[in-house]
Amino acid sequence: MNPRVAVWLVAQLHLWLGAFVVAVPMFVFIIETIGMMTRDERYDNMAYEFIKVSITAYSLTAIMGGLLSFCLVLFYPDLFKYLALIFKESMFAYALLFFAESAVLYIYYYGWHWLQGGNRKWVHLTFGLLLNAFGITLMLLANSWTTFMMSPAAVDAAGVFNGNTWEAIHNFLWNPINIHRVVANVAYGGSIVGAYAGFKFLSAKNKEERAHYDWVGYNANFIAIAALLPLPFAGYYLTAELYAYSQQMGITLMGGVFAWIFIIQAVLIGALFLSANYYLWCGMGRSDGASRYNGRIKFIAIVLVAAFLVWFTPHTLVLTNSELKSLGGPYHKYLGVFGIMPAKNTAVNFLLTFTFMSFMFYRRANKVATVSWATTGNAIQIALFTMGLINIVTLGVYYGYFTNTVYKVAASIPQVLTTLTIIIVSTVIDTLMYKGAKDVAPLHWGRMPARSQYALFLLAVSFTWLMGLMGYVRSGIRQHWHVSNIFRDASPDAYTPTLGYAANVITVGTIIFMAMVIFVFWLSTISGKHVVAKGYWKEQA
Amino acid sequence: MNIFLKVAAFSLVMVAGFWGFASFGIPQIKPAPPPVEEKVDLGAMTMDQFIALGGKIFNGKGTCTLCHNKMGRAPMLSDIGKNAPLRLKDPRYKGTAKTIEEYIFESMTKPSMYVVAGFGKSGTNDTESPMPDVTGGGIGLNPVEVKAVIAYLQDAGGAEVTVEIPAMPKAGAEAPKAEEAAPLKTAQEVIAKFGCGACHKVAGQTGEIGPNLTKIGATKNKDYIRQSILDPDAVIAKGYPAGMMPKTFGEQMKAKELEMLVDYLAGSK
Repeated sequence: MNPRVAVWLVAQLHLWLGAFVVAVPMFVFIIETIGMMTRDERYDNMAYEFIKVSITAYSLTAIMGGLLSFCLVLFYPDLFKYLALIFKESMFAYALLFFAESAVLYIYYYGWHWLQGGNRKWVHLTFGLLLNAFGITLMLLANSWTTFMMSPAAVDAAGVFNGNTWEAIHNFLWNPINIHRVVANVAYGGSIVGAYAGFKFLSAKNKEERAHYDWVGYNANFIAIAALLPLPFAGYYLTAELYAYSQQMGITLMGGVFAWIFIIQAVLIGALFLSANYYLWCGMGRSDGASRYNGRIKFIAIVLVAAFLVWFTPHTLVLTNSELKSLGGPYHKYLGVFGIMPAKNTAVNFLLTFTFMSFMFYRRANKVATVSWATTGNAIQIALFTMGLINIVTLGVYYGYFTNTVYKVAASIPQVLTTLTIIIVSTVIDTLMYKGAKDVAPLHWGRMPARSQYALFLLAVSFTWLMGLMGYVRSGIRQHWHVSNIFRDASPDAYTPTLGYAANVITVGTIIFMAMVIFVFWLSTISGKHVVAKGYWKEQA
Repeated sequence: MNIFLKVAAFSLVMVAGFWGFASFGIPQIKPAPPPVEEKVDLGAMTMDQFIALGGKIFNGKGTCTLCHNKMGRAPMLSDIGKNAPLRLKDPRYKGTAKTIEEYIFESMTKPSMYVVAGFGKSGTNDTESPMPDVTGGGIGLNPVEVKAVIAYLQDAGGAEVTVEIPAMPKAGAEAPKAEEAAPLKTAQEVIAKFGCGACHKVAGQTGEIGPNLTKIGATKNKDYIRQSILDPDAVIAKGYPAGMMPKTFGEQMKAKELEMLVDYLAGSK
């Protein structure tokens, strides 16, 4: 076994599982709280089902973590020793926190039906909060070890540690990675439980079960989309900080050998957005009032595909000499303009805004606003979207094509703020406008075509593969250094592998992970099964 | 079971699609291998060859063209001969260089001494440069390579080439070179390479100028030993004068080598 591939695969599996088990308690806690506030037991049942299906994933995460430590000690003992010397206090804290998290998790899960009603529910929710606090702290500690390898702190040029543990933990890229991972984990967790709900929906034995899993799938998709919307901003912040830490590292990421990664990323994120939107559009079939919006969906679809294609367009094409000659340069005459970052930022903001629009149509589908200012409210929203989108395009065009390179990315922050303004203001208006709104007809949970559930599977699969890809690039930008510029990788594997090679590893990892998740879900199913073995046991007198 | 197989097949087809696109749909760029030391025979080198070597480093190992290109990320250096004297007179200049050669050297090793307007780190009002020290870990140019790049920049930037080709070391002496690609494997190799035994009694060697280290681990802990290597005059052993031991081991040893040496000495009881 090649040491690098072993560490790579095991670390990636640990991360996938870890992301899932850190995320699930977050939204389980929120769903349980909603259930408590609204006294709607369906939420409580759904929260319990989510924690139930994820319970064995905790052990698998720990097993993978242990295996990763073994691999590091066996294959990279000097690196492990170096990091352990610097992080010994936090590694000890990590182990203690892990015990605490396990204890709280077991009380939270096994005590779910015991701690019900009145003050007991509050006690249960407190355990949920503690579970999240421990889980997130564990992730933050592990993040600090990873980010130290990218942006070492409190060490001199020879790698000698001359600070304290906190300085090493609080290294330059720690918080940007923390934010990005917390948001991404929620989206990822949502997509995985969405796939679970999709499978249960397809195999439902009766109408009630089908309706229940349709509702669960809808909520899981909602969680995934809600976290997916701010995710590109978190990613952008991380990249900007990476440039601020080391321009060289930033350029290696975005303009060097890894540049083509972002074309693959565009395909995967395109798949995420299109499948999430497609699921929403299919979901409009649950409502009899949705036909009012059907005509508009095709325009949203056109914009989403166009935005995806802009994001997908590479800047510099790798060409043969004859192709270079016939094209007249490395950039395409017309499509080249879509290759630069401002065009892609504009496209991403369109993707987000129109995904939000899909969601708004879905929410409105079965309702009719009864407030007197409904027409004005709609007009304000239309104006808000129109002005916002014009602003996004203007910023992208001006900064992209009328300023020099240094300022090209300056459009991104005002563009992001515009998108956020559209989303926040529009949500506020919509919430007020549809307060006390009339239902067109009862919602038909379960009235979903089977193909819609495949959108949920695509969401989970794309997310998993995407995380693998971005893991490769995050680690790869250190190039031939274990710890950037401090601890050189002197092994024969110090070279950066090609994308095709990385794709092989990511694909194998994804398939192993999918098999593990299926195993985890299957375990949750058999735990509820009870076979009566007649005649097997001795009759008791 | 039928549904399970359908879902599994669908998911596998999607994964295969991503794999296929990443493997065959985009160009497979083979990243450059880790940089290695340029092997040069300085004695036989002409100035033109030395300038050409500088150009090769500028475009390769030095990674200079990542930023110093037409994309506008860093200043172009084609007019450095004309610009350098002006910058030396600029009130914003904080360095100590007097000549173009010194200015280029300073810009490569202490880039924040003068930051060209518009090219500073954001939020620093052009007082801090985003450029790293080219002799530092990430790029790690050795003194000969730095001189070659200066010669190249003087030549390409319209200035008189004032750099002299460094002399080859005398026979028997080690050629000037940057860090070895691979760290040493054992503490004994570290002791041999850094010549500890010339002054200390250690690892079978019998130096007498410095303290005997054969049982140092019995009385001193790792922190003390590490400090004594990195900052030898911080604590002086009784009976030995200060200032005798070189203070440069912290810059010469790799982290792994230092820790191996510290472990070895701490274990010598």
